[in-house]
Amino acid sequence: MNRRTSQVWGARAALAVLIIGGWQLATSAGWVDKFFYAQPSGIWNRLWDYFENGTEFGSYPQQIQTTMQEALYGFLLGTAVGIVVGVALGLNRFLAQVLDPFIKVVNAIPRIVLGAIFVVAFGVGITPKVLLAAVLVFFIVFFNAFQGAREVDRNVLNNAKVLGASRWDVIRHVTLPSAMTWIIASLHSAFGFAIVGAVVGEVLGAQHGLGLLIKSAQGNFDPDGVFANMFVIAALVLVVEFVIERLERRLLAWRPKTQAESVLV
Amino acid sequence: MAGTAIEITDVTKRFLTPSGEVFTAIRDVTFTVEPGQFCAVVGPTGCGKSTTLSLVSGLDRPSEGTVAVGGQPVEGITDGVGFMFQADALLPWKTVLQNVALGLVFRKVGKKEALERARDWIRRVGLAGFEDRYPHQLSGGMRKRVAMAAAWITEPRVLLMDEPFGALDVQTKAIMSTELVQLWEASRPSVLFITHDLEEAIALADRVVVMTSSPGAVKQVFDIDIPRPRGSVQEIRFGDRFLELHHEIWATLRDEVERAYARTAVGAAA
Ligand SMILES: Nc1ncnc2c1ncn2[C@@H]1O[C@H](COP(=O)(O)OP(=O)(O)OP(=O)(O)O)[C@@H](O)[C@H]1O
Ligand SMILES: [Mg+2]
Repeated sequence: MNRRTSQVWGARAALAVLIIGGWQLATSAGWVDKFFYAQPSGIWNRLWDYFENGTEFGSYPQQIQTTMQEALYGFLLGTAVGIVVGVALGLNRFLAQVLDPFIKVVNAIPRIVLGAIFVVAFGVGITPKVLLAAVLVFFIVFFNAFQGAREVDRNVLNNAKVLGASRWDVIRHVTLPSAMTWIIASLHSAFGFAIVGAVVGEVLGAQHGLGLLIKSAQGNFDPDGVFANMFVIAALVLVVEFVIERLERRLLAWRPKTQAESVLV
Repeated sequence: MAGTAIEITDVTKRFLTPSGEVFTAIRDVTFTVEPGQFCAVVGPTGCGKSTTLSLVSGLDRPSEGTVAVGGQPVEGITDGVGFMFQADALLPWKTVLQNVALGLVFRKVGKKEALERARDWIRRVGLAGFEDRYPHQLSGGMRKRVAMAAAWITEPRVLLMDEPFGALDVQTKAIMSTELVQLWEASRPSVLFITHDLEEAIALADRVVVMTSSPGAVKQVFDIDIPRPRGSVQEIRFGDRFLELHHEIWATLRDEVERAYARTAVGAAA
């Protein structure tokens, strides 16, 4: 670690201590009411309690697993469908024009309403949460894949054609890799949305999951419980985003590094 | 594979500009490249040279007239063409090796054989050791070499080159044109070579087509009777016949260049 990185990490740690310490101080001194704003030590104890004694809906890891499963399935489904539909419409102007108003209408529907419909239609199992997460992810990935498929460099495309590429070759060797830059950029925020979909779905009706715990903690006037689950969710999103970033670096290794990224040797 | 004739007959190409007007890029262009011939096209900027190449490759269709390659009218992408584009056209997400092998991959040649032949071509254009680099990690001259290997690997009957060495320094250009002539003499495809460098055109070609300023038409066709092998541009450009031809062609070309320049200058002033 060089000097700059250790400085950055030092400053980060100091800021974290300041925020958490200030929060703890403010709530224990009574400047703000811990009944509404929770308290770091209370959150910590609640987390401990969750892991030690489980929750009213089963063990805590089980809740985490349920939410993660819903989010991951939704993420994968939404991404896959988003890429396929986005690239297909990006390649087919006619289809894109026909479907445009329909996509706009669906996109304009508030997602929470969709969630409610899914819960009514598919019950309280994981299906409605997976679907809600998938819908949220779909639109982000779709718009990026669509744009990416249309922004293919003309020269590169013509080169591939003259070299004898079939229509499928063009999609596989030119359109998809070119759209991949856009798609991968969208995946960063997409997983966050998948978690939102899963948690909102659980709040609307579920038997397990972090969203259900948040709803129950809220109902029991337990702000520590709400915050504890919130932090766990944030941690999960960060872990997955780290993995996605790794994936991005591998898939986009061909791209020129920006000046900030390139290592001086 | 030996080259086949390119016959361009009364070809006109019109474009619809963004403002909805009809713009004539080339008008009534007629010329022929004989089988195995090296034909250079010179003309002022914007006269429709690149447009002509895209019509021969089948990437675009003429508004009027016909283009035939090997006696067959061009419909869709012409079979057996190699194309070196004016701008960078390598696939940036593929390595040098993958880029060079691409034409074979598209022709369903087995992967092992394709890579083997690609390695061989990379060696021939002097890039051994750079197989795993991505295009952005190469110099401009190296990228041109990759493009050359990628175009040659499919053993084209017709090679279309759009100012392939335009952006290179004089020395690199000299080396690469020597390499090009060697490759061409080995397999003799028909070459349609666009350049704005008249010396280069005369040194390399059997035939030089001079185009008029926009809308491009053929102003005059010159057959270059300097015997081969000719040696490099540097060596032959002071030869008597070379100077004679240069003088003659330049007199034809100069008018057009001046006209094109005057037009853009007026356009800019207006
Ligand atoms: N798709 C297009 N739509 C409208 N106009 C076009 C299109 N392609 C080319 N043109 C016009 O046609 C003319 C000829 O273009 P072209 O690229 O063939 O010129 P060129 O002779 O290759 O020029 P240069 O030497 O600068 O490369 C130009 O005026 C250009 O603006
Ligand atoms: Mg051009």
